[in-house]
Amino acid sequence: MTRLRDDYEHSRYRKFKRWYDGEVNLLEDVMDVTLPDGKQEGQKESRSAGPSGSPALEARRKASEAVYGPEVWPQRETVDYAQWRRHAQEALEARIHPDGYFGAGGRPGNGPAETAARGLRRFRRFYQVMSVILCMMIIAVFLWTTIHLPPFGGADNPANNEVPARYIESGLAETGAINFVTGMILDYRAFDTFGESCVLFIASCCVLVLLRIDASNGTSRARSRGPQEDDRLFEPKNDVILQRAAFILVPLILVFGVYIVLNGHLSPGGGFSGGAVLGSGLILYLNAFGFAKTERFFTEKVYRRVTLCALTFYCLAKSYSFFTGANHLESGIPLGTPGAILSSGLILPLNICVGLVVMCTMYAFYTLFRKGGM
Amino acid sequence: MKVFEILLLVSLIVCAVSVAVIRDLLTSIIIFMSYSLIMCVIWVLLQSPDLAITEAAVGAGVTSILFFVTLKKIRAIRKEDDRDDEA
Repeated sequence: MTRLRDDYEHSRYRKFKRWYDGEVNLLEDVMDVTLPDGKQEGQKESRSAGPSGSPALEARRKASEAVYGPEVWPQRETVDYAQWRRHAQEALEARIHPDGYFGAGGRPGNGPAETAARGLRRFRRFYQVMSVILCMMIIAVFLWTTIHLPPFGGADNPANNEVPARYIESGLAETGAINFVTGMILDYRAFDTFGESCVLFIASCCVLVLLRIDASNGTSRARSRGPQEDDRLFEPKNDVILQRAAFILVPLILVFGVYIVLNGHLSPGGGFSGGAVLGSGLILYLNAFGFAKTERFFTEKVYRRVTLCALTFYCLAKSYSFFTGANHLESGIPLGTPGAILSSGLILPLNICVGLVVMCTMYAFYTLFRKGGM
Repeated sequence: MKVFEILLLVSLIVCAVSVAVIRDLLTSIIIFMSYSLIMCVIWVLLQSPDLAITEAAVGAGVTSILFFVTLKKIRAIRKEDDRDDEA
């Protein structure tokens, strides 16, 4: 997926990094932007072998001495950072009180450090008091709003306007779904649901970007993590109780999830809840039997294809239906008899799409958190 | 039924406050799970069973599991052997 850059050594970031590490002088690089190869190798050696490098480096050092004097270049190369950090740490500890505030070396007085410590303490007290007051104010505002809400299920509530009336009166005839919540979110408001599915997909993409450990590119990073941090090596746990429970529960959970998805237009449920149930069942199966079993049927390739197909089908199907609906054309999608499993037009396939996307997202979250891959 | 609802709401508030107050992260997550379960029952009482299914699967299941995995990754949960030694 990622292509390695051939001219990485000449990139701006690399140049900035070298300048930041103190290897090169920025003013010299302005003169010759494309460094010859011999000079770069000399610099690489100089990082490991100290100042006595290649002749190109010697030439650079002479040029630097001519500009800055004899002291600058060797100093820049041989700074002992560990020693310097130790000195800084000691100097810092000498000025810090045991309770964590800055003080003037433990000596009582009215120095600037003492004043700063007192100010910090005052600020912390002020911060605590203000946060409590703010929290109380928010609670009071919420309670005050709740008191003035209309009663639950009242007939005169402002939510009872013409929109739910339309849904309730003609929802069954227009969508063909008995459960008109599903009919609402997958027919009248199908565009919102498409946005939600895309949000889930984008969220899993972000987790993938942040947590993925690439087998081909990040080998050094994966090796440096050490075996005890790699969760996969301890799989499966062979927990007998968990495996027995999962042996009974996982088929039930998966069948229940499939039932919720397929019956979304007939009974309460739908793509989101069914997909979440399916994802939890898969996670339970993974916990009980390990990655080796789940990777037989659910890999990253499967995830990519399933998610892509589901989202593309949703987009195309709803685009077609919106296009025909906006132009007052016959869509040609039969609504069927209400109550049958194959009814209500596009709602059943759209439910399956949403369920697949949600299931894949849940499972992908878990595996990415667990081992940084699928 | 009214008493049952009031009981549920009171325990919901207790759970919500104690999640924020308790210092042990593992205990806090388990209380958060029970918060989601109570919320799930309340959704059923409010006649929205689809939300109840989602709340049980996402709130009590997946979210808590992700919290557990994160705590294990940042080593906020000790190994099982240590806990056995303490007990």
